[in-house]
Amino acid sequence: MANENFPLIFERSKEGRNGYNLPALDVPEVNLEEELDSAYVRKVQANLPEVDELELMRHYTGLSNRNFGILSGFYPLGSCTMKYNPVINEDVIRLPGFSHIHPYQDTKTIQGALELMYDLQVHLEEITGMDEITLQPAAGSQGEWTALMIFKAFHEANGESHRNEVIVPDSAHGTNPSSAAVAGFKVVEVKSNEKGLVDVEDLKKVVNENTAALMLTNPNTLGLFETEILEMSEIVHEAGGKMYYDGANLNAIMGYARPGDMGFDAVHLNLHKTFTGPHGGGGPGSGPIGVTDELKPFLPKPVVVEKDGQYDFDYDLPQSIGMVKTYYGNFGINVRAYTYIRTLGAEGVKKVSEGAVLNANYLMRSLEDSYDLPFTQHCKHEFVLSGNRQKKQGVKTLDIAKRLMDFDIHPPTVYFPLIVEEALMIEPTETESKETLDHFIDTMKQIADETENNQDVIHSAPHKTTVKRLDEATASRKPKLRWEAEV
Amino acid sequence: MDFRYLPVTETDKAEMLEKIGVKSTDELFSDIPEKVRLDRELQLTKPKSEYELKRELTQMAAKNANTLDYTSFLGAGVYDHFIPSVVDHVISRQEFYTSYTPYQPEMTQGELQAMFEFQTMISEITAMPVVNSSLYDGGTAVVEAMNLSVGQTKKKKLLISSAVHPEHRQLVKTASVGKGVEVVEIGLKDGQTDLDQLEKELDEDVAAFIVQYPNFLGQIEPLEKIREVLDKQPKAMMVVSSNPLALGYLTPPGEFGADIVVGDTQVFGIPAQFGGPHCGYFATTKKLMRKVPGRFVGETTDENGQRGFVLVLQTREQHIRREKATSNITSNQALNAVASSAAMSALGKNGVKEMSELNMQKARYTRSQLEEANLPAAFDGSFFNEVVVKLSKPASEVNEKLFEKGFIGGFDLGRVYPEFENHMLIATTEIRSKEEIDAFVKEMGAINNG
Repeated sequence: MANENFPLIFERSKEGRNGYNLPALDVPEVNLEEELDSAYVRKVQANLPEVDELELMRHYTGLSNRNFGILSGFYPLGSCTMKYNPVINEDVIRLPGFSHIHPYQDTKTIQGALELMYDLQVHLEEITGMDEITLQPAAGSQGEWTALMIFKAFHEANGESHRNEVIVPDSAHGTNPSSAAVAGFKVVEVKSNEKGLVDVEDLKKVVNENTAALMLTNPNTLGLFETEILEMSEIVHEAGGKMYYDGANLNAIMGYARPGDMGFDAVHLNLHKTFTGPHGGGGPGSGPIGVTDELKPFLPKPVVVEKDGQYDFDYDLPQSIGMVKTYYGNFGINVRAYTYIRTLGAEGVKKVSEGAVLNANYLMRSLEDSYDLPFTQHCKHEFVLSGNRQKKQGVKTLDIAKRLMDFDIHPPTVYFPLIVEEALMIEPTETESKETLDHFIDTMKQIADETENNQDVIHSAPHKTTVKRLDEATASRKPKLRWEAEV
Repeated sequence: MDFRYLPVTETDKAEMLEKIGVKSTDELFSDIPEKVRLDRELQLTKPKSEYELKRELTQMAAKNANTLDYTSFLGAGVYDHFIPSVVDHVISRQEFYTSYTPYQPEMTQGELQAMFEFQTMISEITAMPVVNSSLYDGGTAVVEAMNLSVGQTKKKKLLISSAVHPEHRQLVKTASVGKGVEVVEIGLKDGQTDLDQLEKELDEDVAAFIVQYPNFLGQIEPLEKIREVLDKQPKAMMVVSSNPLALGYLTPPGEFGADIVVGDTQVFGIPAQFGGPHCGYFATTKKLMRKVPGRFVGETTDENGQRGFVLVLQTREQHIRREKATSNITSNQALNAVASSAAMSALGKNGVKEMSELNMQKARYTRSQLEEANLPAAFDGSFFNEVVVKLSKPASEVNEKLFEKGFIGGFDLGRVYPEFENHMLIATTEIRSKEEIDAFVKEMGAINNG
């Protein structure tokens, strides 16, 4: 297919073909057109493709061949925890008793589902050190927003509805300030210091009587543990604010430390990252949150309760912020996360974090001579290099990313966090072998050499992908968001 | 215990520690202050071998009554439809299920093209020109529609029909607190939105009116008349939440001048799985394109002029715009959007229409049989695949008896509508056979009259 457009499914369509057989109409036919007001009878059919089953399977197989997954190769996309997605998870969710149950069935007929949810909550409570977990939020960002709405309700219940400021470090994920804004808060930024950690002196300055919360990722987006976390919790709590833990980086510390013991009042988890959701090409995710006892009354409803071995939903929560996601969250993802945790147990979960941190530090120390390393202390599960040295020689971080593709390596996260110039954010995860890491190290060193001796090969990269570098600017300036039939 | 997901051997570890310059992995955690370090092992259930765990979870799943073993007439927003076998084979390709957001387009053309095709299919079905690459679910899509309309019109009053899914209305209520929006519910008349009340509440402060089509009670809302009412306040947006399968037969909201159309594609290839994950869609006009939440995929060309696809208009999104983003949404439902695309491709142009009609035909048969069994439909209006009947006793009691006979009965409307106590919302999809419907109606009649 080289140099030929891979056809859209619409371009494979031919009138008269179909890829389905539906059950026959076995009831007496009613004349629908007579019954319905003609204004509501569709006149022009939706122009969906007409393809037979083989053509359909070839199409999607072809698309998958033009995509890169964790089984294709190394995928060190920082902040996204691209670990192996165990295949047993996929078998378990496909059990009819998990995949074919309706959310409105009588709870007596879905005890297994409720038991799984309840037990998953118990496991996540222990891992995070929080008092109560809700599985309702659909993803991390919804978890963040849910927790902020809980803080809001808490402050209001205490007669402190004036607390309208949420503090966010300059190294934070973009979702933090964004969730705060959606929850109706004003965003206040706190600076990082020269070690890449929150500047505690600056925190003292921005905390005041309007502080509703501090949102923090720990380890932070630079992969560094916030060593002054207890001081920070104290400062925020003394001012009457709440501490929020962004769980994107929990993979670094499981079994070593728990957000609940650091003074956090609410925590979200990304089950599709840390607990092998899987990633799904961008979702679905699952973003449970955990809270302390004091915040429990405000949790979204319903919550799963257990009494004498029987499970049920409790909707009777007068102080609840309400429902945040239809039904009970992304159950299908939660089943996978539960399967993963039960495969590992306490020992395995801790080994996961040990492995993630070992792999990241090994990569970091192996690459620190070839690239700039702005923060030199031990990292946790990920680290951030700067491509500044290469940029001065004419090779941008984007070029390095494209060149990595020639070696069947998915590029790291680039240009984030914002506080590092030409950032390359690298998260190997614990499921990668030393051989894979060594291949990455060799490749990165080769690119550093090429920057000095053979830049053309970098600038013309990628060489093996199905398309060359794409014109993203025009695509956004004149967006073409759907296929149009040629007239 | 062996851990099959952890490849680093003791020899590897020793070499790696030497390179790092530390003696043990514990040293790598020495930056965690002692006070917060966990000084005990986590108390988690002991791990199980693959075989044992699979057996345990299979038994746990078997405690749930599933809709393959039971004959279900339960809908209320989540439906039991035919899922073509191709769907699961497509989404089981690891390149789809283990990849992530296609930030590096040269390596992820497959995902990007699949999203572009999804956008096109939903655009065709809804008759709206602009569609994003999915949202969490139909409910959160309704919330995002509220957020967009409030942000765009700078008005703070939102009208929503009481026949919008009760949980979607709850989500709107929860989110309105963050946005400082006043939510006003418009009541019902004969199972449809009360247009007189809508007209009364519609004033210059209204950002949008949200209606569901077909509505939660199965009724086909008169979008043409609603459009006429809304035209009296041209700034107020018309937001329609729509089951996309129904649009195989019904005139799409785009043709009635809707500003935003949202919904859930669960009906196309996504199992109920206890309510999630499903797949929200968000469709709108070209005018509002730059205000849309979530991701868009657009067509472009590469250096050689070859067609390719990239994420576009990312400056709306949180990772660039931070607190000024159109929404805080990060992940989408890509894998489920691929599932729905595969199902829509299998069904194709004619299949979607045929499936839609089959639902309508079978639901009409259920309705006529129920009527003969002394259970007449509560509403006279046109409907899609759900009917409401009034029972002589609580729906929960009827459902318990139905369950003993192998049926999962309809939704107990009294749970959420006090005025519909003892009313049941019954869904009939294309997979319910005449025999199943007959047997269900027979039991319903016997229980109701018993």
